[in-house]
Amino acid sequence: MEVLSRNFRNASRAALLDAELQAALARAEGGFVDTRQKAVDDLKNFESFREYGEKVKNHTLEHLDYYLELFEQNVEESGGQVHWAQNGEQANRIILDICEKVNARKITKGKSMVSEEAATNSTLERNGYEVLETDLGEYIIQLAQETPSHIIAPAIHKSKAGVTELFHQHHARLGFDGKVTVHEEIVDQARQVLREHFCSADVGITGGNFLIAETGSVAIVTNEGNGDLTATLPRVHIVTASIEKVIPDLTALGGFLRLLGRSATGQTMSVYTTLFNGPRRENDLDGPDEFHVVLLDNGRSEILNGSFRDILRCIRCGACLNHCPVYTRIGGHAYGWVYPGPMGSVLTPILAGQKNAPDLPHACTLNGRCQTVCPVKIPLPDLIRTHRVQLNRMKADSAVGRTGFSLWYRLARSPGSYVLATRVAALVLNALDRFKPGGARGRFRWLPLLKPWTASRDFPAPGASTFQRMWKKHGGEP
Amino acid sequence: MDTLHSTRSSGSRVGLFVTCLVDLLRPQIGFAAARLIQSCRCQVFVPAQSCCGQPVYNAGDESKAARLARQNVEIFGSFDYVVVPSGSCAAMIREHYPKLLREDADWYPKARDMAEKTFELSQFLVDVMKVEADAGKTDTDDWRDTKITYHDSCSGLRELGIRNQPRTLLRQQAGISLDEMTNSEICCGFGGAFCVKYPEISTAMVDDKISGVHQTGAELLLGGDLGCLMNIAGRLKRIGSPVRVLHYAELLAGEDAFPAGTGIHKPIAGD
Repeated sequence: MEVLSRNFRNASRAALLDAELQAALARAEGGFVDTRQKAVDDLKNFESFREYGEKVKNHTLEHLDYYLELFEQNVEESGGQVHWAQNGEQANRIILDICEKVNARKITKGKSMVSEEAATNSTLERNGYEVLETDLGEYIIQLAQETPSHIIAPAIHKSKAGVTELFHQHHARLGFDGKVTVHEEIVDQARQVLREHFCSADVGITGGNFLIAETGSVAIVTNEGNGDLTATLPRVHIVTASIEKVIPDLTALGGFLRLLGRSATGQTMSVYTTLFNGPRRENDLDGPDEFHVVLLDNGRSEILNGSFRDILRCIRCGACLNHCPVYTRIGGHAYGWVYPGPMGSVLTPILAGQKNAPDLPHACTLNGRCQTVCPVKIPLPDLIRTHRVQLNRMKADSAVGRTGFSLWYRLARSPGSYVLATRVAALVLNALDRFKPGGARGRFRWLPLLKPWTASRDFPAPGASTFQRMWKKHGGEP
Repeated sequence: MDTLHSTRSSGSRVGLFVTCLVDLLRPQIGFAAARLIQSCRCQVFVPAQSCCGQPVYNAGDESKAARLARQNVEIFGSFDYVVVPSGSCAAMIREHYPKLLREDADWYPKARDMAEKTFELSQFLVDVMKVEADAGKTDTDDWRDTKITYHDSCSGLRELGIRNQPRTLLRQQAGISLDEMTNSEICCGFGGAFCVKYPEISTAMVDDKISGVHQTGAELLLGGDLGCLMNIAGRLKRIGSPVRVLHYAELLAGEDAFPAGTGIHKPIAGD
């Protein structure tokens, strides 16, 4: 997917002015937060599961090579095949080769953020394949030719009215005459359209929430069952997953499933949890003839050895997005790449290049709410700050900011001059306040160097002296 | 208020780290903090000081931040306690100084020592000085008819765990029961440089905060961090809201905590 993160400033401004988006975000925000809280409260020892999740992921990352090879071995033992892709291009090449070999024409897809990273859909389409997203949200944005704006709720930015129009525009030619306006009708129509495709697809591509090394299983969770239909009905099932999705065993899966559903949607469990083990066996009633797992690195093995290793624990629940006061105001598209919100502000600069996303680590107040809800305890604010440190070293952050901070620093590192300079500043601002042409005393509606503040907020005018000066003058007695 | 009733022995030497914003823009918070600390029979000292280094630290300039950290460790190292009327500056010292200086064999132990004895004001009063309600107090009715709400600043809340301490003080010392907002723990959009780097997002966030304040019907908003309070107060003023804004220390210390004739009794917002 093309990296548009350099456009963050303009895109976020536009997002704030987009009435449809703002209405959609306002509807969504509270829901996720409240349902998560309730689900977390219901599980008395949620905190110990978080610690467990953190530990197990750390352990797996410590021995990632071992677990990945064990996974590969067990996939092969159950008759499947594992393919290793260093980057998105290689992953797409592998998928194209498989599709070509089985003479595929139509491909159904379950939700996969990794395939967004690799821009798999557009590559397949360019090569003449018909590709259909089957997750309702993904299907909606595919029709709208948009990208996901949330990692688990890809069409969260769309309104119901928008979907009504979209469906009418695309489904009328399939014989659906009237407009569907209520939720049930919308879902039902999507179901009818997609059912045809499920049955006629040659290849199904899904993501993988967890890769279980011990058994060679791929676990996916969905609420619509579309992943299962995508995986079982076509002749070939291809899983695309990044390497850090591997976990040791089924016991670990139990722990992560408790964390994932609660953190993501506030469900104790998602409606469908499925483990796929290789292709159809002799006595199986259904299942694909071929089972492939494409393991994508795309920069992860480099993260493993650096300061951002903790982000590889991420299980893509989206809780950090739902609890981020910036994300919930501007939505996901402004972030300009696959992953938005706090986890995206850490991941995008690593995977897409720090210089391609210089705003993302700065467009954060470091308020820390994301960290408190992260099911695997990723220190997101620290990682975001680490990006700032690296941007600063590369001199890739804003020049105005650098100059401002340097001046401030020069003053601050000499308390004597600082006390004097702030006293002068207080005198000047106080005089400005008293002699300004209009407006109430005690506050500024406009200040030359503080326009970004005063454009929407008043700035307080100081008294004629600073605390330190007055304290000295009054001999330390109030 | 005469004195807080502290169950702890007194006579401690406390260095007041007043913070840049309070020093320049809201000295009354500094005096209020000093009064509250003194009323626990501690001696308050205000050595010449500047900034905790948080702005450069959060901008990603660790070497400058480390330089300021060493400077403050030097200035404040000899006090029994360092008290800060701001959660985010206190968290900078407590949580981040040791991290910044961890590879400096000479300075790391000193930074850790300073971190351990540095407290946000309400933390200091409640957790360290163990102030208790004073049975003889007569002025607890002053605020009975005022609807008051409280904004939890993020750094204090999540890095230092400050939530109950200011509420305890307000209840014990001034008889205040708060009308809590549903979004008291959500960022107001200040975020240091964030508010001027991304002013539109910041404004949208402070508007969310203000709608929470208005929903409670509060006439007065209290908080413990001047950055956040200036942000919220500045926006309240701009949209013409009558809600007043004060640092909780200003309310607790009472007006006589301020030097006479300095003309600094106005609230941060509201007239």
